[in-house]
Amino acid sequence: MAQATAANAERKVWSGGRSPFNVSYGKMMMWFFLLSDAFTFGSFLISYGTTRFFSAVWPDPNKVFHAFPFMGEANLPLLFVSLMTFILIMSSVTMVLAVHAGHYGDRKGVIKWLLFTIIGGICFLSCQAWEWTHLSHQGAWWGSFTDINTAKETFEHFFNSKTIDNPAFKTGAGLQATHDFYNYFFTITGFHGGHVLSGVVFLIIALINTVNGTYDKRGHYEMIEKIGLYWHFVDLVWVFVFTCFYLL
Amino acid sequence: MSHDIHMHEATAHSNEGYAAHHDHDHHEQHFITKYIFSQDHKTIAKQFLITGIFWAVIGALMSVFFRLQLGFPNENFPIMEKFLGEWAKGGKLSPEFYYALVTMHGTILVFFVLTAGLSGTFANLLIPLQVGARDMASPFMNMLSYWFFFIAGVVMFISLFVQTGPASGGWTTYPPLSALKEASLGSGVGMDLWLVSMALFVVSSLLGGLNYISTILNMRTKGMYMNRMPLTVWALLFTAILGVLSFPVVLSGFILLIFDRNFGTSFYLSEIFIGGKALPHIGGSAILYQHLFWFLGHPEVYIIMLPGMGMASEVLSNHSRKPIFGYTAMLISMIGITVLAFLVWAHHMFVTGMSPFLGSIFVLLTLLIAIPSAVKVFNWLTTIWRANIRFTVPMMFALGFVSLFISGGLTGIFLGNSALDIHLHDTYFVVAHFHIVMGVSAFFGMFAGIYQWYPKMFGRFMNNTLGYIHFFITFIGAYLIFWPMHYEGVAGMPRRYYDYSAWESFKQFEGLNSFISIVVVIVFFGQLVFVINFFVSIFRGRKVTEQNPWGATSLEWTTPINPGHGNWPGEIPEVHRWAYDYKDDGNGNDFIPQTTPLAPGEHEDAH
Repeated sequence: MAQATAANAERKVWSGGRSPFNVSYGKMMMWFFLLSDAFTFGSFLISYGTTRFFSAVWPDPNKVFHAFPFMGEANLPLLFVSLMTFILIMSSVTMVLAVHAGHYGDRKGVIKWLLFTIIGGICFLSCQAWEWTHLSHQGAWWGSFTDINTAKETFEHFFNSKTIDNPAFKTGAGLQATHDFYNYFFTITGFHGGHVLSGVVFLIIALINTVNGTYDKRGHYEMIEKIGLYWHFVDLVWVFVFTCFYLL
Repeated sequence: MSHDIHMHEATAHSNEGYAAHHDHDHHEQHFITKYIFSQDHKTIAKQFLITGIFWAVIGALMSVFFRLQLGFPNENFPIMEKFLGEWAKGGKLSPEFYYALVTMHGTILVFFVLTAGLSGTFANLLIPLQVGARDMASPFMNMLSYWFFFIAGVVMFISLFVQTGPASGGWTTYPPLSALKEASLGSGVGMDLWLVSMALFVVSSLLGGLNYISTILNMRTKGMYMNRMPLTVWALLFTAILGVLSFPVVLSGFILLIFDRNFGTSFYLSEIFIGGKALPHIGGSAILYQHLFWFLGHPEVYIIMLPGMGMASEVLSNHSRKPIFGYTAMLISMIGITVLAFLVWAHHMFVTGMSPFLGSIFVLLTLLIAIPSAVKVFNWLTTIWRANIRFTVPMMFALGFVSLFISGGLTGIFLGNSALDIHLHDTYFVVAHFHIVMGVSAFFGMFAGIYQWYPKMFGRFMNNTLGYIHFFITFIGAYLIFWPMHYEGVAGMPRRYYDYSAWESFKQFEGLNSFISIVVVIVFFGQLVFVINFFVSIFRGRKVTEQNPWGATSLEWTTPINPGHGNWPGEIPEVHRWAYDYKDDGNGNDFIPQTTPLAPGEHEDAH
C-alpha cells in the first residue's frame, strides 16, 4: 500500500503541470549554464594538463609564487594565494548568509551580506591584480620567454634546484616550460577572474535592486539565489584552478 | 520547507501572468515588437527559419561556384566574375578564393543552416506547442538567442567582403593555418571575423539550448508525462543537451586560438619557420586544437541529425496512420547516441599519429553507434511496414531522410575503422559520406518538418506540385552527386584540391566531375523552386481551413489555425494519452488526439 502510494507520488512528479525538481525555470537554466561553463573550464584545465604532461620540466609553484605585498624579498611560498583563496571562500560564506536572509525576506540582512560578498570579490580581484603585476615585473606575460637567447637567470628562479640540474632544462626545455606555464596561467586565471568580475557586477546590480525594494515587490529573493549559485560555482572552479597551478 | 512553497507560488504566478497577459493581448502590437524584436516563440522560429534559408542559398551558391571549377577546370564562367569580382577575374575562380568558398560553404551549412536554422526553427516552434506551454521558459532570452545568431551572421557576412577574403583554412580551422596571420590570405582579418562570429554563435546556441531544456523539463502541461511526449520533443531535448555540453569546449578552443593569433602564445604552435625565419612560438601542439574542436565537432553531427530524426519519426507515423514502432527503443537509442556522441571524437583524428591502441578504442566506440542508429532505422521501416501510407510531400521527404540516412550511415562503418581510414581519410569518400548522412539527410528531415508544420506557421499550405518537383529533383540529385564520389574516394582522390586535371591518376574522373557539377547546378535551381514556393505561399498559399489538417494526435493541432502569443486562447489543454494513438476511435477516425480522455475501461497503450 505504502509502496503503491510512493510509486504514484513518483509518477506525479513527472506528470506535467509542475516542475519535476521543484525549481523555477530560472534556477534550472542557471544549473545548466554552470554545467556548460564547467565544460569550458574543464577543457582549459585539461589542455593545461596535456601540455604540462608532455613537458620535460615544469616551474615549481613554491618558487613562482613566493612573494607577499610589502614583504620585499621574503620567501613566503603560497602564503599570498592562501590568503586569496581564504577571501574567496569567505565570500561564499557571506553569499550563503545573503541567500539565507533572502529566504526570510530580511532585506537588511540581504543588503549587509551582499555588501560583504562584494567586498570579498573585489579583494580577491585586487589580490589577483597585484599577483599579475608582480609576475609581469619578473618578465612574465602572455607570449613571454620565447627568445632562445634569453639569459637563463631570467627564468631559472621559477624552477627548483633539482629541475635546473636536469639536462633537458639546459637545452631549451626550461624556456619552453616557462613560456607554456605563463600562457596557461594568465589565460586560465584571467578567465576565472573575468567570471569573478562579472559576478561582482551581478552582485552590485542585485544590491541596487535590493535597496530599491525590487525583490520585496516581487515577493521573493530568487535572484539572489541564482547569483549565489553562480558565485559558489566560481569559487568551486577556483579550487580546481588553485590545485592545478599552485599545488600540483 | 517555506522555500518550497515559495517556489510553487512563483511558478504558478508566472503561469497566471501569461494567461493575464494573453487576455490583454488584443490591442494592436507595434510592428517592431510583433515581427522584429518579438518574444513569441513562433515568430522567433520563423526568424530562425528565414535567416537559415538566406544562408542556405548563399552556402549553396558557393558550392555551385566551386563545383564549376572542379567540374570544368579549363573553362571560364563570366557569371562568376559578376558575383565574385576580383576573385574570379575573367570568370576563372582564383585558388585562394576556392579555399575560402569551401571553408565558408562548410561553416555556413554546418552552423548557420543545419544548427541554428534547423534546431533554432523547430525547437522554438515545436517545443512549447507540443508540450503544451504558452511560450518558452524565458521568452526574452529566446529573443536574445536569435539576435546573437543574427549578429554572428552579420559578422560572417562582412567577412565575405574583406579585401583578403574570408577564412580559408577549412571549416575546421586547424592551426597553424588559422593561427598564423601570415599563413594564407584568409588567415588574416577573415579568420578574426570568423572567430568573432563563431563566439557569438556559441552564445546564441547556449541561450537557446538552456531555454529548450528548461521548457521541456519544467513547462509540460498537465498529464504530459515525459513518455507521452512526441519524439520530436525528445530529439530536440537531446540536441539541446549536446549543444550545451559541447559548444563550451570549442569555445575554450577558440579562446586559446585567439591568444595564439594575437598575444604571442603558443598553445597550438611549435617551432615554425616561414620563409626561412623562425617564428617566436615554442612548445605548443596543433593536435590539441583538433581534440578541442572535435569534442564539439562530433556531437555537432548529432546536433544536426537528431532534430531530423525526431521530425521524421513524427511525420512517418502521422502519414502512415500508425503508431511509431518502438517508442521506448527510439528513446533509448537517442540516449545511446547522445552519450556515444561525446566518446568518439578522435575518429576524426586517426591519422594524426595517435596511438593505434587508443585508435582501436575509438573504433570500438564509433562502431557502437551503429546499434542505436540501426534500431532507429528498423523502427522507421517497421512503422511504415504495411501501413496505409499517405504520400504527401512531408512524407516523401521523411522517406527520403530514412533512405539517405541508411546510405550515408553504411559508409560510416568503413570510415570508423582506423585501418581503412588510413586509405580513405581526406578523400572524396569522406565528402560523400558526410554529405549524404548529415548534409542531405538532415536537410530532408528539415524539409519534412517545413512542409509538415508550414500550415501551423503561416496558416497556409505550400504548393503540392512544386513540393513534389522539389522532392524528386533533390532526392535523385543528391544520389547522383554523392554516389559517384565514393568511387573517386576509393580511388584515392583527395578532398580540397583545386584542380585535379594536373594528376595523371585522377584524369579518369574528368567526365564524372563534370557530370557531378552539372547535377549540382540543376539541384541548386531545384532548391530555388522550394524558396519561391516557401515565400509565395506565405501570401498566396491555399488557406488552412481545419484545425488539424494532417489528422495528427499532438498538441500543436489543438491550437487555433493562426495561434496568437500564448498559443491557446483559453486554458492549456490537459493530456491523457501518448502522442502516437493512431487507432480506431470508434467514430470512424483513425487517430485519437492526446487531449481525448481515456474511454471507460480503456488502458493506455503500453509503449
